Amino acid sequence: MSGYGVRDLRVRYGGRTAVDGVTLDVPAGTIAALVGGDGAGKSSVLRALAGAVAPAGGSVQRPEATVIGYMPAGEAVYRDLTVEENLAFSARAYGVRGAEVARRAGELLERTGLTAARGRLGGQLSGGMRQKLALAMALLHEPELLVLDEPTTGIDPVSRAQLWRLIAGAAAAGAAVVLATSYVDEAERAATVVVLSEGRVLLAGPPEEVMAGTPGAVVDSAARLDPVASWRRGARWRTWSPDGTVPPGAERAEPDLEDSVVVAELALLRHQAEEVAA
Amino acid sequence: MNLIEVSGARKHFGAVAAVDGADLAVAPGEVVGLLGANGAGKTTLIRLVLGLLRPTGGTIRLFGEPPSRRTRARLGYVPQGLGLYEDLTVAENLAFAAGAFGVQAPERLDDALQAASGTLVASLPLGLRRRLVFAAALAHRPDLLVLDEPTSGVDPLGRARLWETIRGAADTGAGVLVSTHFMSEAEQCDRLVVMANGRVVAAGGMAAIVGDATTVEVQADHWEGAFSALDRAGLPAALVGRRLRVPNTDPRQVAAALDAAGVGAELREVPATFEETFVALSEDGGEPGARRPQPAGVR
Repeated sequence: MSGYGVRDLRVRYGGRTAVDGVTLDVPAGTIAALVGGDGAGKSSVLRALAGAVAPAGGSVQRPEATVIGYMPAGEAVYRDLTVEENLAFSARAYGVRGAEVARRAGELLERTGLTAARGRLGGQLSGGMRQKLALAMALLHEPELLVLDEPTTGIDPVSRAQLWRLIAGAAAAGAAVVLATSYVDEAERAATVVVLSEGRVLLAGPPEEVMAGTPGAVVDSAARLDPVASWRRGARWRTWSPDGTVPPGAERAEPDLEDSVVVAELALLRHQAEEVAA
Repeated sequence: MNLIEVSGARKHFGAVAAVDGADLAVAPGEVVGLLGANGAGKTTLIRLVLGLLRPTGGTIRLFGEPPSRRTRARLGYVPQGLGLYEDLTVAENLAFAAGAFGVQAPERLDDALQAASGTLVASLPLGLRRRLVFAAALAHRPDLLVLDEPTSGVDPLGRARLWETIRGAADTGAGVLVSTHFMSEAEQCDRLVVMANGRVVAAGGMAAIVGDATTVEVQADHWEGAFSALDRAGLPAALVGRRLRVPNTDPRQVAAALDAAGVGAELREVPATFEETFVALSEDGGEPGARRPQPAGVR
């Protein structure tokens, strides 16, 4: 098999359903992005894929644990270990030995710009440096499946560019990569995106297909056209026209992925309102 | 009169100049985005504006006077960590915030917040917490809003709704200063101020800051090979879908690196994105195109 993923995945915590029928393919050599706000179910899908939580239903295709690189959200770095000790710890956990440890650690330190900080404690690093170290720890053993939970949250665009370069490098070397983000403009760089809302798939596919599949029309105007179906883009307004008509005073806009996701969320709300009314 | 008027501000911590001669102005009705890599001086500049730090040099004027308790009352602040009391209810948090500014708690809340008014913040979903912070920051109708990454962790529709609130405050005359790391937020601003090394290195609209900066777009049959070849040549490429983008670089350098590796690819010079321009500005410490060889006599 050339790729990994989950099919019709369900994840429950006690009585609460966090993921409800999500399918996600992560082919080798590509990057897939999971998009959604807090609580959408992104972390649960990734945990199931990494083997950190047992699914309540559906199936998970993943390689053996020693070739998975998993970077959990938030605190993935030991604060009372130095940068080098964190990497050594990760090497031991993944069974990397001998000269290979020093070679990989040196390479990753250089690529993350952490070489000068190699002796600093994890707790003394800035948030961006910690995220870069956490990614380096997940990459150390050159995993086949790389699972990254919000690797770029809270970090600045310069560090983000470095992180993306490392992630793309792993994909170029053949790894299957899946990452979660709450930012749609970032997900637009992935080969495929899966947008989650309340544990379900709202949209899925290559970004250009998702954008092209936006139902109706998205129009641009100087003033708000609708109390519900309009949203701000800078000083301008965008409005979803489900039947594709362009109202007076508006112009048809080429929807970007952000617009497509907003339309999908609006369509879902509309559908839910209709169900309540029926 | 500008609501914020910072000129030549400096803030030193020991030998480190966190802010090293920065200018910043925010006028009524204007949304200004403050961008910068970590360590660029953004947070220190915001703390100077809020009056939480005293400048080492230069002047800071809020509503025409130095920051003080009085200016604090005309200001609404949304910190990144939200700053709510988890063991108080929604209504108690609002009353506390209103009390701190000496005003009445807001009478009208949106439906979801109203319904949760007796709920402890600790058990409130993050989206609602964020709306509560906005309600608290806006309750005293501040003349100036200062927001630190206001929509991180929010889904796109929720983010669009929060931006309606922010732009709505600007439409009624408030000035807004927003710090962010994300381009979809920067896009919502009227004007951007980019910091690097404690100084302002670019300011203006997105298009003006990008100017005529370009990026080399690489379309190869196998992006993996092209990526590795550019990487070995020290040319940092970004992957977008199956294409590569090499910002701030001469296309001839890109072509040479690919040729040397025997990788066939189509190259196009395309306009740079704002994010690419911003990263180049930050990496070069404020000299756009520093890495790009210039034809003789142009500089």
